[in-house]
Amino acid sequence: MTYATSDAEFRSDSPMAEFLRMERMPHIWCPGCGIGSVVNAFAEAVKKSGIDMDKLAVVSGIGCTGRVAGYVKLDSFHTTHGRAIPFATGLKLANPDLKVVVVSGDGDLFGIGGNHFIHAARRNMDMVVICVNNFTYGMTGGQVTPTTPQSAQASTTPYGNYEYPFSLPFLADAAGATYVARWTSLHARNVTQAIREAMNHKGFSFIEVIAPCTTLYARRNRLGDGLNALEYYQGDAEIRHGADTRTVDIDFQGKIVVGKFVQREKPTYLEAVNERYANVIGDDYQLYGKTQPEREVEAKRDAEARALEAERMLAEDLPEGGE
Amino acid sequence: MRKTAADPKGVLSGHHFLDGDHALAEGALAAGCRFFAGYPITPSTETAERFAERCPHVGGLFIQMEDEIASIAALIGGAWGGQKVMTVTSGPGFSLMMENIGLACMTETPLVIANVQRGGPSTGLPTLVAQQDMMQARWGSHGDYRIIALCPDSPQECFDLAVEAFNLSETYRVPTFIMTDETVGHMHEKVTIPPAEEIGIVPRNWYQGPKSDYRPYEFTGKQASPMVKAGDGYRFHVTGLTHDERGYPALTEEQNKKVVTHLIEKIDSNADKIIRLEEKDVEGAEVVVVSYGITSRIVSKAVRDAQTAGIKVGSLRLITIWPFAEKRIKELAGKVKAIVVPEINYGQMVLEVERAAAGKCKVISVNHCGGAVHDPDVILAAIKEGAK
Repeated sequence: MTYATSDAEFRSDSPMAEFLRMERMPHIWCPGCGIGSVVNAFAEAVKKSGIDMDKLAVVSGIGCTGRVAGYVKLDSFHTTHGRAIPFATGLKLANPDLKVVVVSGDGDLFGIGGNHFIHAARRNMDMVVICVNNFTYGMTGGQVTPTTPQSAQASTTPYGNYEYPFSLPFLADAAGATYVARWTSLHARNVTQAIREAMNHKGFSFIEVIAPCTTLYARRNRLGDGLNALEYYQGDAEIRHGADTRTVDIDFQGKIVVGKFVQREKPTYLEAVNERYANVIGDDYQLYGKTQPEREVEAKRDAEARALEAERMLAEDLPEGGE
Repeated sequence: MRKTAADPKGVLSGHHFLDGDHALAEGALAAGCRFFAGYPITPSTETAERFAERCPHVGGLFIQMEDEIASIAALIGGAWGGQKVMTVTSGPGFSLMMENIGLACMTETPLVIANVQRGGPSTGLPTLVAQQDMMQARWGSHGDYRIIALCPDSPQECFDLAVEAFNLSETYRVPTFIMTDETVGHMHEKVTIPPAEEIGIVPRNWYQGPKSDYRPYEFTGKQASPMVKAGDGYRFHVTGLTHDERGYPALTEEQNKKVVTHLIEKIDSNADKIIRLEEKDVEGAEVVVVSYGITSRIVSKAVRDAQTAGIKVGSLRLITIWPFAEKRIKELAGKVKAIVVPEINYGQMVLEVERAAAGKCKVISVNHCGGAVHDPDVILAAIKEGAK
C-alpha cells in the first residue's frame, strides 16, 4: 500500500474520485453531520447498480443538503429554495431518458417546498427524492422545521417546539408515492440498498434518512456529538418493513421505525401521458419525435434492465432485519 | 446568430382568425417550443389551453403544474433537459415567478414567459386590461440583471413576437418576456402564419468541442456561451450561487463582479441589435407620442385627429420594451417640443422616457389605472398641450 504524497494525488486516489468533484473538496459539512453518509450511500448505490452516470442527474434545493448537487460528478443542479422537485419534473419531462434524483433537506422539501412534494407524488413522477431529515434548518442556524419533534429546542422555538411535525413516510404514502422507505444515517448499507431499489423503481420514490445535525440540533438539545447520535439510532431504531405509515411518527428522542414501508406498481406520469395520447391520437402522437413502436421497444429494454437489477439486488440482499 | 427554417410540424401555415392568447401558443410552437409548464390564470389561460390541445400532435409536452413557482422551475429544468420552453401567466402569477426568473438569469437559461397583463395591484381586475407590470418585468427579481421584453399590439404580433422572443432568448441565453395585455390577448383578428421555411428560427447553440473542455459559462459581456443538455455526458453543474466558468460556486466580490457585469453587458452591449421600434411621421414632428401594446392602437386615432387639426405629431411604438430605446428617445428629445406617453398604468415607462429625455423636452404622462383602454381624446388633449 502506498500513501498519497500530495493533495492532488490524495484527491485522485480517493475511492470517491469517480463520483465526487474532488476539486471541490473539502466540503462545507460539519464534523458529525449525517449528509456525507448519505452521499456515500448514494455513490455506493450508483456503483453497485452499474447505472450509466451520464444519464443520471441530481437536483437539490437550498440548505446544507442542498449542497449535495455541487459535489457529485454528475449533471447537477443547485436550484432555488423548495423548488428542486418542480425543477426535476421539468428536467425529466424534457428529457425522459434521464434518471433524476432529488437530494435535499427537510426544511427545503417539506417547509417551503411541501406543495411540490405532494403533487409530484400524486403524479407518480418517475424520480427519486432523498430527504436528509435532521429536524432543523442547518444553513441558517438551527430553526424549527416541519419535522422537528414536539418539545425539541430550536433557535426559533427557544422554549421548545409546540407544533405538530409531519411524519414524512405517512405524507408520502398518502400523497401517492409508490416507494417509501426510512432509514437513519447509521444504516449505511440499508440506505444504499434503498437508493438502489428506488432508482430501479418506476415512479415516485421517497427515502427519508434521519441524520444528525451535531452543530445545531444536537448541541441545542444537549444530545452530545455525532457518536451519541449514532448510538441513539442503534438503540432506538426499530426495523419494521411494511409498517403501516400511520404508525411511524417520531417523538423527541423516541423510537424511530425504519424500513421499506411501501412499494407498489402504478403507471408513472409519463406512462399515463403516453398511454392517453396514443389511445386518443394514435400514430400521430410522437413525443419528441418518438413513435409508439419506438417507445414500446424502449419500455421493453427498460423493463428488462430493471428486472435484471432486481435479480442482482435479490442475490446480494441484506440479511432480513438489516445491518 | 444563424437561423434555420422552422420545423413544419409545429407551423400551422395559413390565414386564421385568432385571439392573441392563441396566437402566442402558435408562435411558440412555430418557434420550436416543445415543453410548456403552466398554471391557469385569467386572462392568459387560453394560451395554455391551446398549447395543451396542440402539443401532442406536434411531439411536445404540456404539464399543468401546481402553481406558477413550479411552472417556471419546471421550465428551467426543461431548458437544461434540452427543450425550448415557455409558460404564460398574468400579474399575480408573474409575481410568483420572480425568484426563479432570477435563477434563470443567473444560470443563463433561455425561456419565454408571456404575461397577459390585467389590472392590479393584487387580484385587481382579473378580466380587464392593464399595462402595469412593465417595471416589474424589468426589476421584479432581486439583484442586478437584465432581461428582454417585447410588447405586441395585435394577435398577429403575438405570433410574430413569440417567434422573436424564442430567437432572442436562445441567442442571449436570457429569459425573454412577451408583455401583452388582456385586450390584445382576447381580441380576435386575422393572423397569418407563414410557411415553415419562411420562419427564421434560432436553434439552441449547442456546444461542439471536446467534452473535457466544456464550460457552461464564459463571462465575456458580449455574448452567451454555447449550451449542453443533461444526459449527454458533460457532467456539468448549474447553481444560482455566484459561480465560475465551470459553474462551481465562487462566493467572492471579484467573481460576482464578473458574473453581474456579464449578465448586464451581454444585453446592453447588444441593445442596438435587440431593439425594434416602429416610427410614423416622426421626421419634422413637434410632438411624438411614445406608446406600446394595445395603447399604440388608440394612439393612432389620437395622432390622426391631431394631424387633422394641423399639429405636427408623430408616433413611436416600442416593440422592444427592455432593453429600453434610450438612445432614440434621447435623439428625439433634442428635436421635439414634447413627448407624450400614454400607458395603462400610473406612469411606468414614462419614467424611462423622462430619464432619456433628460429635460431636453417636455414629457407628458397620460396615465390610466387600468380596466379599459384610453379615450383617444385624452391623448389628443395631451398632444395639443405638448404642441403649445
